[in-house]
Amino acid sequence: MTTDTIKHNDDHAHPVTHGHSDTGSIKVFGFWVYLMSDLVIFGTLFATYAVLMRGTAGGPSGAEIFDLRLILAGTLLLLVSSFTYGMAVLSMTAERLAQLKAWLVVTLLLGAGFIAIEFYEFRHLIHAGFGPDRSAFLSAFFTLVGTHGLHVLFGLLWLVVVLVQLQTKGLNDMTRPRILCLSLFWHFLDVVWICVFSFVYLMGVL
Amino acid sequence: MSKLRRFLGTLALWSLSLLLAGCSSALLDPKGEIGVEQRSLILTSFGLMLIVVIPVIVMTLVFAWRYRHRGRSAYRPDWAHNNWIEAVVWVVPCLIIAVLAALTWHTSHTLDPHKPLASSEDTLEIQAISMDWKWLFIYPQQGIATVNEVAFPVDVPVRFRVSSDSVMNAFFIPQLGSQIYAMAGMDNDVHLVANHPGRYEGRSTNYSGAGFSGMTFEALATSEQAFEDWVETVRGAEQRLDYPNGYAELAAPSQYHPVEYFSSVTPHLYEQLLLSFHDGAEHADSHADSHDVESATATRTDTADHRVGHHHADQQYALRRRPTRTEAGG
Amino acid sequence: MLGKLSLDAIPYHEPIIMVVAAFMAIGAFALIAALTYYRKWGWLWSEWFTSVDHKKLGIMYFLVALVMLVRGFADAIMMRTQLAMAAGGSMGYLPPEHYDQIFTAHGVIMIFFVAMPMVIGLMNLVVPLQIGARDVAYPFLNNLSFWLFAAGAVLVNISLVVGEFATTGWLAYAPLSGIEYSPGVGVDYWIWALQISGVGTTLTGINFFVTILKMRTPGMTLFRMPIFTWTSLCANVLIIASFPILTATIALLTLDRYLGMHFFTNDFGGNMMMYVNLIWAWGHPEVYILILPAFGVFSEVIATFSRKRLFGYTTMVWATVAITLLSFIVWLHHFFTMGAGANVNAFFGIMTMIIAIPTGVKVFNWLFTMFRGRLEFTSPVLWTLGFIITFTLGGMTGVMLAVPGANFVLHNSLFVIAHFHNVIIGGVLFGMMAGMTYWFPKAFGFTLDETWGKRAFWCWLIGFYLAFMPLYVLSFFGAVRRMQSYANPEWQPWMILAWVGAVVIMLGIVCTVIQLWVSIRDRRLNADVTGDPWNGRTLEWSIASPPPHYNFAHAPEVGGIDSFWTHKQRGAEAVGEAPYQDIHMPRNTVAGPVISLFAVVLGFALVWHIWWLAIVAAVGGLISFLARVFNDDIDYWVPAEEVARSERVHQRRRVARDEWQTNGSALGGFAPADLRG
Repeated sequence: MTTDTIKHNDDHAHPVTHGHSDTGSIKVFGFWVYLMSDLVIFGTLFATYAVLMRGTAGGPSGAEIFDLRLILAGTLLLLVSSFTYGMAVLSMTAERLAQLKAWLVVTLLLGAGFIAIEFYEFRHLIHAGFGPDRSAFLSAFFTLVGTHGLHVLFGLLWLVVVLVQLQTKGLNDMTRPRILCLSLFWHFLDVVWICVFSFVYLMGVL
Repeated sequence: MSKLRRFLGTLALWSLSLLLAGCSSALLDPKGEIGVEQRSLILTSFGLMLIVVIPVIVMTLVFAWRYRHRGRSAYRPDWAHNNWIEAVVWVVPCLIIAVLAALTWHTSHTLDPHKPLASSEDTLEIQAISMDWKWLFIYPQQGIATVNEVAFPVDVPVRFRVSSDSVMNAFFIPQLGSQIYAMAGMDNDVHLVANHPGRYEGRSTNYSGAGFSGMTFEALATSEQAFEDWVETVRGAEQRLDYPNGYAELAAPSQYHPVEYFSSVTPHLYEQLLLSFHDGAEHADSHADSHDVESATATRTDTADHRVGHHHADQQYALRRRPTRTEAGG
Repeated sequence: MLGKLSLDAIPYHEPIIMVVAAFMAIGAFALIAALTYYRKWGWLWSEWFTSVDHKKLGIMYFLVALVMLVRGFADAIMMRTQLAMAAGGSMGYLPPEHYDQIFTAHGVIMIFFVAMPMVIGLMNLVVPLQIGARDVAYPFLNNLSFWLFAAGAVLVNISLVVGEFATTGWLAYAPLSGIEYSPGVGVDYWIWALQISGVGTTLTGINFFVTILKMRTPGMTLFRMPIFTWTSLCANVLIIASFPILTATIALLTLDRYLGMHFFTNDFGGNMMMYVNLIWAWGHPEVYILILPAFGVFSEVIATFSRKRLFGYTTMVWATVAITLLSFIVWLHHFFTMGAGANVNAFFGIMTMIIAIPTGVKVFNWLFTMFRGRLEFTSPVLWTLGFIITFTLGGMTGVMLAVPGANFVLHNSLFVIAHFHNVIIGGVLFGMMAGMTYWFPKAFGFTLDETWGKRAFWCWLIGFYLAFMPLYVLSFFGAVRRMQSYANPEWQPWMILAWVGAVVIMLGIVCTVIQLWVSIRDRRLNADVTGDPWNGRTLEWSIASPPPHYNFAHAPEVGGIDSFWTHKQRGAEAVGEAPYQDIHMPRNTVAGPVISLFAVVLGFALVWHIWWLAIVAAVGGLISFLARVFNDDIDYWVPAEEVARSERVHQRRRVARDEWQTNGSALGGFAPADLRG
């Protein structure tokens, strides 16, 4: 441990210390860390939902208001969108720009479909008098599902940004890590949704 | 171990009482068995900690002086590891914490606020409701209620059931021991006993808004006879406490509220109040909103009465379980 | 049009606030006038506000923290004055509504806007230098984090003159903080100030976590990192894992208040106990976010000034890691009196005590670092010694509070207040003062004045004991926290004593201000020409003071702990010699300050329910962010000639110092004269 000297070191030979030549991998790693912190937010909301699930205060319970067929449709859209994003990343690795863009557009449409279904569900519930201010259970439900929905909405905005950048700049050192980060984000939202689907909807109905 | 505890306790008591000489200290001069146990617990843990704290302070001063820059003591700039020292500095704290942990486990159970006290006397139940900003005490067995004054006979174990009409508070009589949170819709409880007659200060310890400082009450620990007399005095009061109308008036915010006596009280007021927070729909109108209290509480009381009448046992059980939801939640 | 905002929101009728506001206005005006007169705006904007240099951001964090310390301390002395007066029926000079705002603001400011920025500021300044990096992983985010934090601080200060601050206590327990019991805007200020600065803190956590894991210089394995870097790493892990809980919890409270939801309400199935659980699930790790880096500072200081390696480096690291993990399973000890079962209480009590073990080990390690050392009583060392004694006492009272049976009578009393000031002043604040003194020459190129530094220390130490020991005593009389007045006149002498303590602490702050002034005045006399004024052990001392903006001309390669010290012992040649190469650096950014400006407007608009303005600000912030995303021109190359120029200056100075040192050592070893520069 004591046998050390501080040697000279050629910058370009050591990408790790050379702030920017390896920014891609550092960005993706940092994005992972961000996702973990986002996971803590979802964890908190799940815990909150678990605590408040029975706090219906005379209002409806999950079984009474969930329309499982509708949700299943949304779930399928999101799952397929994860697959199409996976295809997009494959196209990127193969340097096929047009294909990449096409897959991203498909992903965008599927995500928008999911959001539309969620929007319809929320609107329907609120019109029926089961808005988030009706009971603690509904507050927790709307917040958990809505937070996921907001994330997806943000993902869609990000997809648009990426598409615009691909159009104007093409594939380069800046757009590549962004597409990879968005890919992580998109799959992450898929995983969270599977938890929402099973924990909130399936368990609520069963 | 108990001998050691007693010795440490005495040592700590000595040093503390030197510090507090000349003043009446509520926690070091307890008047009930719970308080006495808690004093000895505080002093024991204090004494145990001193086993480490005193050497640390002495070592800090001695090492700093002995190895000062201009000193002549040995200088070994690369000495940074010694298995023996490292073992000792891990083992000694571990041992002390092990003793403290055993003590903690034991006393957490013996001093559990929910645990009824062993006594030949029957337990007296008093329901304490924190309001903005005063304490309402209901004696279900006697059918009376008071504000900001509570009395009970000495050597009779008292079960305080504690809840809140508004925000969180905490019920505490320092000279008797343990405090407990008062939360709306939650049926919390603490078991206390006074072994010496006297007037003890009680108060809310959990900050609850503008009138918090004045949220004090007097606890009178009296002889059995004096308690009977006190109950009679309260029964002779002109006011009665009706739920929900008169109650809503009392519950309106007030600061430094004077002591009040109510000769009678609506049966199951405490339970009805608890339920009022669980009904949801029936409770749609905020209970702080005095305009709507009549219409809102009318329906609320109907359902509440219905439930209290028919499912009393169930509700009681459910309510009692509720405050311990922290066990699972979180 | 203006939501709930009207002219009534300005508290004309509160003379105290108006006087304070007037002083603030005069101060701000003088500052703006001076900046305009000396034409410093452009310099301030291009060199500081838009800077992505971690060193400058660190300095700005610390500067804001010191200003907010004065604000938070003003609250403290007002509280102590009130309590020294309001005995036995007297109501003092502060009505409850005002007093309640003051203690809430005091807590919020001291934790979020003093302690946090001090810790994060120090991390910013030191961590990249200690690991031999040129900057942090995400320089732009670092700038944004600072400005989001500053936005929160601005909102808190706006609340002083427009509207009110929360009257709920610093953690805003529900249901008191719900709309039913706190209909005013105070809690909303609390919400948005914390939410905005909290986002900044989370970004900092991610940034430094990645920086430490990914940007270390070759040869610096995890177990060769300086202890301050280790403690910072752990603190950042805690930030990443706990701040999202705070964000979520505050968001839920926001939904309760703004959209009538029922997370924490008394009725409709809400659960206020969940709020308390959630807020402490963040709150307890938070105290370790503050104290761990302070532990790191003490470790660096004590090793450097003992002229000796830190005792038990490996145990120190593992103790830090143990504390990090344990801090997540102790939160319930903040509310044993809520009525959980005996088993639950006992579990959390015991877990809490277990934290005392690694902490105790750390204390012994510091003691054995002094053992067989050559300890110089510089002011950082005084802060460290004061810390060891004070913190040990605070730890003891902490363990007492962790015993549920004892907690049942000590909870919510002044015992708790005395305890956490015992550890936060004695631990975090002493640590930050030590750290400031220790690394000041690295940041500015001259050392701080020792005389005034020592005076500040003694005032703080004595003031602390005078102010807080009486609170321990009072807690045994049954005095509780957050009382605006009390009936028992016997308590008053102790309260007056505590007030005297607060005044002595005020003298300590004054000493620090004088110290800064004197040091700046005598900066040439105290110049740190070599970059290594303390004969330091870690990499940050191997470069010039202040360091060049690119930090290291070459990435230094290290082979052990305290590599710079070992390097000097061997008399090896200086680091960073020619030939030099072009260095890739990030450009300054306007996006950080601009986005944060929109964040302030957004927060203000949401507090006052000015919806159109909120939408404008949100869209503005989003567009500024997108503008940054679409900006390609974010970096540049520093030419090798420029690097060579600034490195040559540093080499010359170092050679001169080495010569002096060779001659000097004949006269008696390392000079305390180092301190005088």
